[in-house]
Amino acid sequence: MAREMFSDLLQLSKRKSFSRGIHPPECKDHTSGKSIRRLPFAPKLVIPLSQHTGAPAVPVVREGQEVVRGEPIAEAGGFVSVPMHAPVTGIVDRIALAPTLEGEPSPAIFIKSYPAADQRILYGAPRDIESMSPEELVQAVQDTGVVGLGGAAFPTHVKLIVPEGKSVDTVVVNGCECEPYLTTDHRVMLERPDDIIAGIRVVARSLGAKRVLVGIEENKMDAAEVLRKALPEGLPIKVEVLRVKYPQGAEKMLVKALLRREIPPGGLPADVGAAVFNVATLAQIGDLLPRQQGLIERVVTITGPGVERPGNYLMALGTPLRFALEQVGFSNRRSKQVVLGGPMMGATVSSLDIPVTKGVTGILVMTHKQTRVELRHNRIYPCIKCGECVEVCPLYLNPSRLGLLARKQQYETMEEQFHLNACFECGCCSYVCPSNIPLVQYFRIAKALNRERKARACL
Amino acid sequence: MSVESSPIELRSSPHFRGVATVDRIMLDVVYALCPIALFAAFQFGLSAVCLIATCTAVCVLTEHVICRASGRPTSVGDYSAVITGMLLALTLPPGFPLWMAAVGSVVCIALGKALFGGIGFNVFNPALVGRAFVQAAFPVAITTWTPAVTERFTQFIPSSLALPFMTPAPVADWVARMSVDGFTGATPLALQKFDHITTDVTTLFMGMTSGSAGETSAILILACGVYLVFRNVVNWRIPASMLLSAFITSGLFYLADSEVYPNPFFTLFAGGLMLGAVFMATDMVASPVTALGIWIYAGLMGFLTVIIRLKGGLPEGVMYAILLGNAVSPIIDNLTQPRIFGARKRKQPKS
Repeated sequence: MAREMFSDLLQLSKRKSFSRGIHPPECKDHTSGKSIRRLPFAPKLVIPLSQHTGAPAVPVVREGQEVVRGEPIAEAGGFVSVPMHAPVTGIVDRIALAPTLEGEPSPAIFIKSYPAADQRILYGAPRDIESMSPEELVQAVQDTGVVGLGGAAFPTHVKLIVPEGKSVDTVVVNGCECEPYLTTDHRVMLERPDDIIAGIRVVARSLGAKRVLVGIEENKMDAAEVLRKALPEGLPIKVEVLRVKYPQGAEKMLVKALLRREIPPGGLPADVGAAVFNVATLAQIGDLLPRQQGLIERVVTITGPGVERPGNYLMALGTPLRFALEQVGFSNRRSKQVVLGGPMMGATVSSLDIPVTKGVTGILVMTHKQTRVELRHNRIYPCIKCGECVEVCPLYLNPSRLGLLARKQQYETMEEQFHLNACFECGCCSYVCPSNIPLVQYFRIAKALNRERKARACL
Repeated sequence: MSVESSPIELRSSPHFRGVATVDRIMLDVVYALCPIALFAAFQFGLSAVCLIATCTAVCVLTEHVICRASGRPTSVGDYSAVITGMLLALTLPPGFPLWMAAVGSVVCIALGKALFGGIGFNVFNPALVGRAFVQAAFPVAITTWTPAVTERFTQFIPSSLALPFMTPAPVADWVARMSVDGFTGATPLALQKFDHITTDVTTLFMGMTSGSAGETSAILILACGVYLVFRNVVNWRIPASMLLSAFITSGLFYLADSEVYPNPFFTLFAGGLMLGAVFMATDMVASPVTALGIWIYAGLMGFLTVIIRLKGGLPEGVMYAILLGNAVSPIIDNLTQPRIFGARKRKQPKS
């Protein structure tokens, strides 16, 4: 009893979080106050068939076919896959290779939009989701084409099936948005709390979870308030405010912060009885499922010093970056890098023809000025073993040692003795490294080469 | 639209960087050493000033020459050679002949650092490598102590200006001429060890004793250490663990026989323990990276310091304790790898 009181006292003085991690500048003020606005439809949209984790979708339209906004244009290519829906009323121009973020061109459906079309969604029919069985819910979620909108783009319906021999008692809702600059989840929580709650009820029922915990960082108190107010009576849903810390939005960190449970390396949240969903994903499920419609648009934060009108924009999936950036005032001369996602884990794009896909949370335009500031100290020193990376690694790895091994190309040792594969590339170690060592990049290379070696060994 | 011409730079994440850089860290240590150097200048006068200047200049020059000779860009800009030079000077007796100090400085950089591959690769604290060298090479000069005399700002301690490769003039006569009463030419540690005269702890704390140029004022060193911890340059665990361990070890000896052994507070504030714990043991490169490893490493150094002081033949043991600590640091590091997130205790993770 006394111990419980003591821990309660501790909780009062200290909000929950995970251990270690970093506090990068938040940079959210430019967009956090701006409500979601819709961007116009681009004249030509590009819908890659593989914009989620898993098997690519299979086109069900042919070149020259007219499509109506919301109509399915590709079906799921397997269980771990989702269908695609036409984001715009128009005509299928061609099905061909398109540039992607990863660099390798991949098949995509090109759609020319009809400028005069009224863009009404004509597909779908309302249905009663309350009476559906868990199996029917899983199928219904797959049919919407919803994937993890927090960036991972993992098909959501797969997470609704509890693996054999495990059980899920808690649904964890991720409203952390710990990446600097990004404010999409923040705005979705403020503007669509009822959709989120509807989505929560779907996944909680499907998983048979006993309780739901919504984790929101302290810098979004307004969102926490809005959600708390929207909560219906009598449901075991609790909104928890967490300390601001990066990378709290990572599945493992959030489950640790909220439940004090550690997901084992290589494991799933279900291993510790949890399932994690992003708020934007749930808002889409809550909105689309009752109407039996497909995912055709998403909210993207377009921001950074190179953007004239930063904000949170609702845009059709498949909108090319070039078009999106032109709409918000993109200063070509000053811009230097375009990053998809946040500044900590996002990737720079090689071409502005890359479209916005389901997993894109933000478009960040960095400028010359910023880059030059970085250039001043971009010399790479040898590791001075300051241990700062060890102090911040949220997975308790030893990035310093891993970095030294990577320099010596001892990639196998990295994996076997120093748990390279547990690393999810959050970037904390590179962020703090005073020697400017691109640790995360070293780790990516090491992982890729290890994968390659294993693949060769299997042959 | 002319977006086409936009130069798009590809880079790997993260696109944000923290502010800490190697040269900023090193510069912070230099800042923290400045008050101590100034106090040394105040206490021991001209000789100390020249000693610090000589060591620093020679270290920087050696670093530059070696970099050029090995065809690498000069690494003088990272300030680590400045730190090595200042630290070496601060651990030497104020009247140490300048030519010997210069030889020591060359050894610091050449053998202590460049031989291993420069910054980031040194196994031992370079300053202490040089210090160990001069202790072995010039045993008399390094145990010749002088008091703070009134004329210190106008006159050199005669031994400072000894000609290269010449034995310095004995300073006893000079000290006598300066009419310092009762000066025995011994540091508080030596007095305690050989004559069982324990210097008052307050005197040690303020630093008005004889000793190495920069080790005398415990309070000043502590203040600079707090600055470094605050700036996140020094891992607080190292000085904390080293001092704690020295205090406990020495306390046990004191409890066993308070006639022979000094009280633990004397151990903390006398000699080079404070300077060593704050500035030398904390050399990032030569210390482990894990928290547990650091506790063990620094604890070991504190323990060894006291053992050498009380049971060894030398009055001071900080230098050898730290060098030994540096030597075992890689092993400690290997043995104290962190438990990774989510791994069950007592269970070997699958490889």
